[in-house]
Amino acid sequence: MDWYTQPQQSALFLDDEEDPDAPNDELELTSSKEFIVYLVDASPDMFLPLSEEENSKSTFATVISGIANELKTRIISRDTDEVGVCFFNTREKKNIQESESVYVLSELGVPSAQLIRDLERVGETFEKDIGSGASRAVDVRESILYNALWVAQAILRTGTSKNILKRIYIFTNNDDPLENTNPLVKADLRRTTIQRAKDAQDLGIGVELYPFNRPGEQFNVNIFYSEMIQLDENDEVGFMTNASNRFADLADQMRKKMFKKRVVRKMMLTITKGVEISLRSYAMIRPATTSRSIWLDSKTNTPLKIERSYICADTGALMAGPIKRYQEYSGKKVLLNTDEIVEVKKITNVQLQLVGFKPLECLRDYYNLRPPTFLYPDDEAISGSTCAFIALHRSMINLQKFAVAFYGGTANPQLVALVAQEEETDDTGSQLQPPGMNMIYLPYADDIRPAEKYHADNINHPKRAEEGQISRAVTLMRKLDLKDFTVYQIQNPALQRHYAILQALALEEEELPEVKDETQPDEEGMKSESVVSAVNKFKDSVYGVEYEQEMAEAAATKARGSSASQKRKAATEVASKEASQYDWNDLADSGKLKDLTVVELKYYLSANKLPLSGKKDVLLSRILAHLGK
Amino acid sequence: MARNKETLVILVDIGPSMHPHLEYAAKAVSTLVQRKIIHRQHDEVGLVFFGANETDNELTLEVGGYEHVVVARPISVVSDELARAVDRFPKEHGISDFLDAIVVGLDMIVKKLGPGSKGNKRIYLITDAQSTVREPEEGTKLEQVDILAKQLQQCSISLDVVVIRLRGEKRALVSKTSQENEFLLQSFSSQTKGELVLADSCTTLLGAVKARTVSPTTLFRGDMELTPNMTIQVWVYKKVSQERLPTLKLYSDKAPLIDTSATHQVNLDSEYKSTIDLDVSIAPEQRIKAYKYGPQYVPISSTEEEALSFKTEKGLKIVGFTDRFNVPRHYYMKEANVFIPEPGNERSTVAVSCLVRAMEAEGKVAIVRCIWRARQTNVVLGVLTPCLASEVSIADCFYFNIIPFSEDLREFAFASFKDRPAGQQPTRLQQETADALVQMMDLCPSPGDEILKPENTVNPVLLRFYSFLHLKSLDPEATVPPLDDALRRISEPDERFLQKMEYMLGTFQDQFVLTQNAQKENGDRKFWKDRLEGEEEKPGLLVGGEEAMQTEDGKPLSLEFLTGKKVEEVGSLNPVQDFEALLARRDSDKWVGKAIKEMKKIITDLLDSAYNGNTYEKAMACLVALRNGCVVQEEPTEFNTFLEEIANRCRGKRQNDFWERVVTKNITLISKEETPDSGVTQEEAAAFLIGKSSGQGPEAAVEEEVDEMDALLDDVI
Repeated sequence: MDWYTQPQQSALFLDDEEDPDAPNDELELTSSKEFIVYLVDASPDMFLPLSEEENSKSTFATVISGIANELKTRIISRDTDEVGVCFFNTREKKNIQESESVYVLSELGVPSAQLIRDLERVGETFEKDIGSGASRAVDVRESILYNALWVAQAILRTGTSKNILKRIYIFTNNDDPLENTNPLVKADLRRTTIQRAKDAQDLGIGVELYPFNRPGEQFNVNIFYSEMIQLDENDEVGFMTNASNRFADLADQMRKKMFKKRVVRKMMLTITKGVEISLRSYAMIRPATTSRSIWLDSKTNTPLKIERSYICADTGALMAGPIKRYQEYSGKKVLLNTDEIVEVKKITNVQLQLVGFKPLECLRDYYNLRPPTFLYPDDEAISGSTCAFIALHRSMINLQKFAVAFYGGTANPQLVALVAQEEETDDTGSQLQPPGMNMIYLPYADDIRPAEKYHADNINHPKRAEEGQISRAVTLMRKLDLKDFTVYQIQNPALQRHYAILQALALEEEELPEVKDETQPDEEGMKSESVVSAVNKFKDSVYGVEYEQEMAEAAATKARGSSASQKRKAATEVASKEASQYDWNDLADSGKLKDLTVVELKYYLSANKLPLSGKKDVLLSRILAHLGK
Repeated sequence: MARNKETLVILVDIGPSMHPHLEYAAKAVSTLVQRKIIHRQHDEVGLVFFGANETDNELTLEVGGYEHVVVARPISVVSDELARAVDRFPKEHGISDFLDAIVVGLDMIVKKLGPGSKGNKRIYLITDAQSTVREPEEGTKLEQVDILAKQLQQCSISLDVVVIRLRGEKRALVSKTSQENEFLLQSFSSQTKGELVLADSCTTLLGAVKARTVSPTTLFRGDMELTPNMTIQVWVYKKVSQERLPTLKLYSDKAPLIDTSATHQVNLDSEYKSTIDLDVSIAPEQRIKAYKYGPQYVPISSTEEEALSFKTEKGLKIVGFTDRFNVPRHYYMKEANVFIPEPGNERSTVAVSCLVRAMEAEGKVAIVRCIWRARQTNVVLGVLTPCLASEVSIADCFYFNIIPFSEDLREFAFASFKDRPAGQQPTRLQQETADALVQMMDLCPSPGDEILKPENTVNPVLLRFYSFLHLKSLDPEATVPPLDDALRRISEPDERFLQKMEYMLGTFQDQFVLTQNAQKENGDRKFWKDRLEGEEEKPGLLVGGEEAMQTEDGKPLSLEFLTGKKVEEVGSLNPVQDFEALLARRDSDKWVGKAIKEMKKIITDLLDSAYNGNTYEKAMACLVALRNGCVVQEEPTEFNTFLEEIANRCRGKRQNDFWERVVTKNITLISKEETPDSGVTQEEAAAFLIGKSSGQGPEAAVEEEVDEMDALLDDVI
């Protein structure tokens, strides 16, 4: 991302279309990737139904489809990550270490359509190829979980780069993995297994648990796992996933954990000269788009390399080295170089300068350019930052104010609003919205258009609603209320469709999966009697009772067609009447067709709804073609 | 281009009271002209001075009167000549009567274009409205204004007014004349389509004069479905659209100097080369588009893609209404739009008005599904928020903002502020100081008075770019001008503003940084900074932002650079990574010893410089890394002796709290079981952590709180 050394692709010269922050996002995404091993318990208990509902899938099947789903998302958004899938408590063993009861389904690799399909079909051949181990056996003398962790850790050993996050996810419904071990060795095995997990964590491999309840039994983390699963230090808040009996919960939990938090930038908020608070910024919302397409050689299906060269239009010579740039100004080509543009853009040396505070109502709904950036304090660079940040955060919430600051540490310096965001948690204490500040990018004068006033009418002032009408609108609005609306409910149907197609093509599936468009309003609900009556009352009060009738008339006129189309219709009728007086086949066969006048020929064409354009020859051949001669 | 051509007459008051403002008025007008030259080169501009010494206009010749009004430049297409002419305005001493000036401007436009002409016509009036408007020969001034406003309306000329009224200018408050003038101008703006802006500073003056380089086009016109059996006709316009620097074109200097017809253009030539044989160029028909799906490339022809892609039907549908707080402000994704009822459609106007007012009263917003164009291949989901019209001439409308889909969100968890350690919780005094800061650094000193209101704040980068471009067109050797003071007001608080709260800022500094801890705290920061300076080449240098991102040779740090560099020592910035990297080096066996030695030093340094435990976390991380490293490298003694040193310096001493962390984290001596070289048994290792003498009821001690532990140990000693 060395913007300044490559003037040809410099961010300084970005087109309007391009988001100057986009390269940052990319940097953020490619700079570190994740290696993950899914460690799935395959003991017989995992094949018990997940819930008491009839036809409930087994816990194992739920986990497998959960992982497959996650891989589908990961393949879309994080296709450089690598994953491995491993079962433990299996009958067969398959791993380099030759550890008992551990079966590696897939070594570490980027998620592929093949792996997803293998996972989706693993249930069919599981019993034959892998099989469930006898977890209920007594007097076991080894810890299978220990083996599994050891194998998983070995899988993750590859990849030395510092920028890789490594994690092991354990899926199980057995809260006491050492239940059946020989009492003599149990304490020892317990210690070594826990130590194994801790060692992994010390080596930077996160270990996370996705527990499930066995039918009629609550998963008790305190028996064993609570000692093993550490708080995630990078996350500041580690939270233990709650055991559940619902697939939706699993999907939700996996989704939340999927993206590891990554810092976009570290920056300083300058309150006044010498008083600085250090912050970290995070991109919590960024539009997801389809992956960029590339070109392949259709014969070999190998990617093509695009070579771009710059050619002088005057001489045809190849341009080498940095090319100068110009802006046309009043007929002159004014040359500008990169340093000058950098200089022009350099408004301040301060990264984020506090300018003042305003009441929240000054932040108009339209002061928005792009998704905000989330800010959280960071004591690493300047100690005391968190304390000052918390104090300001609280003051801003209590006083209903937001901060205005100048964000100078970017390619396009901008004024920003810093809006304090309170922490929100749900009933179980899990975080819905973190505490911090949202940095909202503010437009400048020339970015804001007086669009409300484009059609201002000084003579006939636009009508306003009256009280009675407003109360009807309120009644209707209450009927159409989306009670628990949250922005993260709805999936992007176009994106889902795009990837469903890719997946189907990649796996050469015949059928395209149906993608549900969740953005559609609930039309069934809107047809319910109470809604319809509320709508009608509102409509009558606003549009008037005569509206329906007027609309019906307008529609009827439309059905009859406009005067022009009526005329056309009449002409066709006349034409077919006239045309019926000739025996066209006979005329054509006898070659007498050419003796008719253009007007006569057009009767046939009109009657048969053919084009009337062209010279006589054209009309003749058109008629002959239509007659099939 | 020509269709939307704008004809503009700028009226500038250059009378005595305007003299202090003329410099910035000229800057504002220059920017407007420069902008037009770049974006709207067919627009026409005329320039009129009033309050001039002389009189020079056509009306005075034709009918007499209109004194002290000078047509400086007749209406003509924008040119750099015009841009030069507005560089500076003369300071003169005539009587300034803005009504006269407006009539002259109106006359110029009508004469130039003819009465019934199409196109955008605008008059820009810049004045401080301090001089008395002459009493008309008949009727009152207000009637005069009404007549003139009607005339402007008939010719569909809009009148934009910038009244300069500097903040804190006492004269403005008492002057009856200026009040009367303001009233007259207000009445103008309510009757014509123009805008009246009060410029309260030089900064606002620069932002208030707008070039209006875009002609409005709708994004959508048609039905918005409230429910399947009720629709409302709306038009959608962009409300916010970021104006960026123009994209610069590539310039070729290959053509010989004498060739005057040279275009100097550069063409881009793309060749698609096979990756198998780089010499083979692939013809367009042999290329096929593909998307990456995992490790695979999935080829898809354009017809296939077209046939399979997501299909939509043009139209807007309301999905439902919901409480405003369900759609927080920070979910707004892009530039905002505005939904207005179809102009002239009374039913839709009332229907929108109903919903707007109902939503406002109930605190609701609407969720709306939008397909702007036919064959659009995606769906846009947005939120409508109510906007009650501020003037009688405009209709109630909605603001629209795009909201994210679930794919667009990344849910990260962050530690609750409640759970932060006590040292990070603000004290009552600190909280009061923060409250005072937030209250005193107020940018809205009185209702309706807002400093740095986005509507009136000019983009300093663009303004600077335009003026630099202008300078450079005159002199290719010109350098970038320094940042204007008026623009500096945008990027940092006003000096005067800061002076007023010097005391408060001092208190803030004392409370949060410079209390008795000041020396230490500062010392601590210096410590980090010193390290920063000394280790510019170390990874993770993003801390200091832009400045720090440069290495000595001025090149920005690229990732390749960051990761590719071989680590030579354990730096204080990312000691764990450096340590691991050093251990991983295989090119010489000296690295292991060096790494362990330096790591120990880092840990000791961290503990030495600790204040209130601020470095403990890092020291712990280092200690864990050191232990792991020593296990792997089979150097148990190195670690074990070091841990003993730590125990000796911390346990029961000032930094007992660090030792406690070691205990909680269960960082034991390296035992035989882990590395055979070790002379320590597992039991010994565990016992060491708890405390050498095991008769103390060590289990309990570990569980105790810090203070009690201190007490306990005090007793023993």
